[in-house]
This record gives sequence, C-alpha cells and structure tokens, in this order.
Amino acid sequence: MRRVAVIGTGITEFGELWDSSFRKLGIGAGLAAVEDAKISAEQIDAMYVGNMSAGRFIRQEHVGALIADYSGLVKDHVPATRVEAAGASGGLALRQGFLAVASGLHDIVVVGGAEKMTDVSDTESSMIQSSAADQEWETELGATFAGLHALIATRHMHEHGTTREQLADVAVKNHKHGSLNPKAQFRREINRDVVLRSPIVASPLRMFDCAPSSDGAAAVVLCPLENAEKYAEVPVEIVGSGQASDSLALHNRKDICTMSATRVASDRAFAMAGLSQDDVDVAEVHDNFTISEVLAVEDLGFFAKGEGGKATEDGRTSLEGDVAINTSGGLKARGDPIGATGVAQAVEIVTQLRGTAEKRQVKDADVGLAQNVGGTGATAVVHLFRRA
Amino acid sequence: MATAPRFWRENPSRYNLVGFKCNNCGNHYFPPRIICPLCRRKSVGKIEPVRLKGTGTIFSFTEVHEGMDEQNMQRPYIVAMVELDEGARITGQVIDCDARDLSIGTEVRATLRKLSEEGSSGVIHYGYKFIPLCNGPAASENE
Ligand SMILES: [Zn+2]
Repeated sequence: MRRVAVIGTGITEFGELWDSSFRKLGIGAGLAAVEDAKISAEQIDAMYVGNMSAGRFIRQEHVGALIADYSGLVKDHVPATRVEAAGASGGLALRQGFLAVASGLHDIVVVGGAEKMTDVSDTESSMIQSSAADQEWETELGATFAGLHALIATRHMHEHGTTREQLADVAVKNHKHGSLNPKAQFRREINRDVVLRSPIVASPLRMFDCAPSSDGAAAVVLCPLENAEKYAEVPVEIVGSGQASDSLALHNRKDICTMSATRVASDRAFAMAGLSQDDVDVAEVHDNFTISEVLAVEDLGFFAKGEGGKATEDGRTSLEGDVAINTSGGLKARGDPIGATGVAQAVEIVTQLRGTAEKRQVKDADVGLAQNVGGTGATAVVHLFRRA
Repeated sequence: MATAPRFWRENPSRYNLVGFKCNNCGNHYFPPRIICPLCRRKSVGKIEPVRLKGTGTIFSFTEVHEGMDEQNMQRPYIVAMVELDEGARITGQVIDCDARDLSIGTEVRATLRKLSEEGSSGVIHYGYKFIPLCNGPAASENE
C-alpha cells in the first residue's frame, strides 16, 4: 500500500446560497482545490463525489458525471464516481480516493463533496435527512432525524447525567469557533440562553442544537506521498482511514449512548496510523446535533463515556483545550451541506496542519482527526492526518 | 411518497406486531428478517414468526415539534423507543398522555391506530402506537 498525501484543498462559502446552483458549487470547490495543488486537468486520474440526496434536493441524480462534465474532465473521460452514505457521504468519498491512490491504481485523485439543500422547504429538507434512518420502522412511525437524536439525548442525560446546559455549551463553543472562520455559515457568537430559549425541535433538542440546512461544496486533491512535495509546500499525509457499519435503526443497538461504528472506525484508523488519542491536536467531529458531539468525543476515546458533556462545559474541547474540537465551527456553525461535510472536515484539518487557519489556528498542530457519521451512526468514517 | 403496496407488504407486522424468535440464540426481534443478525447462517431454518405481546417499557422518548409533514402527523406528538417484554426494541408514537407524565421506565402497551394519510389519494395507513398502562387496562382494540 502506498502512502497518500493531500496536496490541495478548496471550499465554497457555506449557507443559504440562492444564486448558486449545485453544479456551480461543486465546480467552485473542485477548481479551487486543483488550483491550490497547482495541477492541470490532464493529470487527474479519477474523481469521487460525496453526495447524499441530489435526487430529492434538486431532482438530479448521476451527479458524478455532472460534476466531471462541468469541471472539464470529460474531454479526457476521467472516471467520476458518486459516493453515498447519508451524512458520511463526503468522508466515504475521501476514503475511496485514499484507497484508489494507496492501491497504486491512480496517482492524482480529486475528492469532492456537494449538497444543495435550500431549494426545498425546511420540512422537506428535514424529511430528506430522515431518510438516512430506517424509513419503514422509524421515520414512517413518526421518528424524525432530530427525534432520533433526541432519543439519544434523553437516554444520555438519564444514564450519564449529561445536562441540558452542557448540550448548549457544544453549540456555544462551535459558534465561537465559527465566528473565526470566514467560510462559516454562522459567524456570530451565541450564549447559553440563545440555545435554551430557541424553539423546541424534538425535546430536549432545540433549534440551536441542530445543524442548519446548507448549500456548499468542498474538495481535496490526493497523490502518493512520495510525489507530494512537487505540488505542496506543506503536504499533509492521510495516516489512517477507518470505516464501520452498524444497524440502520437506532432501536436495534443495545447501547444508544454509544455509536459503536465510530468506536470501531476510530480504532481501525488509529491502528493503521500507529497513533493514539493523546497524539491528536485538532479534530473535526460530526456535530449534526449537539448530543452527537458529546457522543463523538467519548466514542473517539478523547474522554471517558459519560464525560463528554462535562469536558465541553469545562472548555477542554475548545481551541485552547486538551483537544480542539470543531475549529471550523463544526456542522453547527460552519454549516452542513450533507455530502460536502466530510470533505469540508478534511479541508479544515489540512488547513490546521498547514498552519494557515489564522485566527482559529491550533498552536503547533501536528496530528488531526476527522469523524463523519451517516444516519444515527449506521456508518462512521474516521481519518487521521499528519503534517508530512 | 410511499405507494400503497409498500405499506401493505408490512401489514402483519404493522397491525399485529409480528416479529420473530431466533431459535438458535433465543432472542426476539422486530420486524421480521430472513436471518438472525447475530447467528447469521446458524439461524437458517430456525426463524420462528412470533406475535409480540405489545407490552413493554419506555427506553427513551421525545416530543417532536418540527420536521414532519403536517398533513401526516399532527404536531407536537410523542415518539418513544419501547423495550418490549420479549426483549426486542421498537420505535413508535405514544398517545393519550402528556409528555410530562412519561419517564424512562413507564409501562406502555401497543394499540392499533391511524398512522398517516396519503395527501392526494386519501389512503389511510394503520399501525401500532403505544398507550401508557396507567391509562387503564388493556382494551380489546388490539385483539
Ligand atoms: Zn440468533
């Protein structure tokens, strides 16, 4: 297996971008990444595109070919593959690109992720997101996507004493980080009261516990590590990649306060990298709901089970904390264009490891982690990155 | 929008809580599957359809205010994950009660109710919902 590096990154603004179409977003991020890597179109061997539900959001399937076409890659008939695993689509696209380069099959691969969510109503968007859960045995019986995460939150508060305020602190921290990220959807700091007074979505979760609907795209360029210095001043190596599955329906998991897929994917990534949690300086985790970040920091092994809320409250996950979590603002504040999210996480980690994150830079960041989740934890993808 | 056959296909389970018992490991599951997710090949030929009693306790719950099509579900409504007495867990609405009166561990029983209505066709879908046991003894509606 060859070692793989990230040599270029690109990301669009995230938000309600009414004047940007799906293809404009996807191409914007891709061109920026290719420009950053200083490669030409002829060098690209393959493309992977993370996308959850273009068919329902914009009534367009076959978006791999669409993005390849409008990126000018069909002149050379570059293979383009769409990758779908609900919220984990982007992270899984990155893993496909990683595997393609590691295997020796391809030398230069572009990994993109894109979603255009705001052409449909908020309720429609919410119902599309719910299709990541079990439609027949959860959603059609009334369980929304937020509702399923509310079941996790209720149980986590019951079993581990996690407080409503600690959940709010996740949003407060991520908005604070988002205020330092010029590409974030929300760049305004909030306090606990804003979260606790926002409308209930599914008790105990409120509007400010939930990531927004977003439009946006992100892309990275990969190549073998041995060639990386030709393209990048500071190459960043992908030192670990792990993926795991779990039951589609939340109720089929014995312990709903743990996302086992995250634990297993994380173990696999750490084993591949030969690193441990103590080595990680900065991590982007899948905070589609505040409770999800609490589970993530526990299941990734940064804190013991049940202590994620307390660790957040104590500032241990902030920019200056033990491990800086979601320096981009996370899904909550940077925004969550579903298929783009996993790739946007990689962009943020690479930015941090290059030392170019400006106001939100984690000092001497050397190792970073990205955790991307599909559904209520039926798919998890974890990547570890290290400055080469 | 789901077509009618998609609902009818699942009717025995939706109406009568038909799950299965794996006679290899002894566990109960809902809904039916071809093989036991734990025993896999060893469960072939040992999957026994079982009508679950429909009684159990609330494992977790939430009151849903946003995010569901209004024509399907009148909001807010309560959704719970219920641990059935046989051990299988199931997700469904809890009705005839106030969220404030529920807690983890509250005993509930299943009942057959209208789940949703197709907007244009007017087709009504029925299925299980849950009622707290303290609301009275099991009624005959589920028989
Ligand atoms: Zn079994």
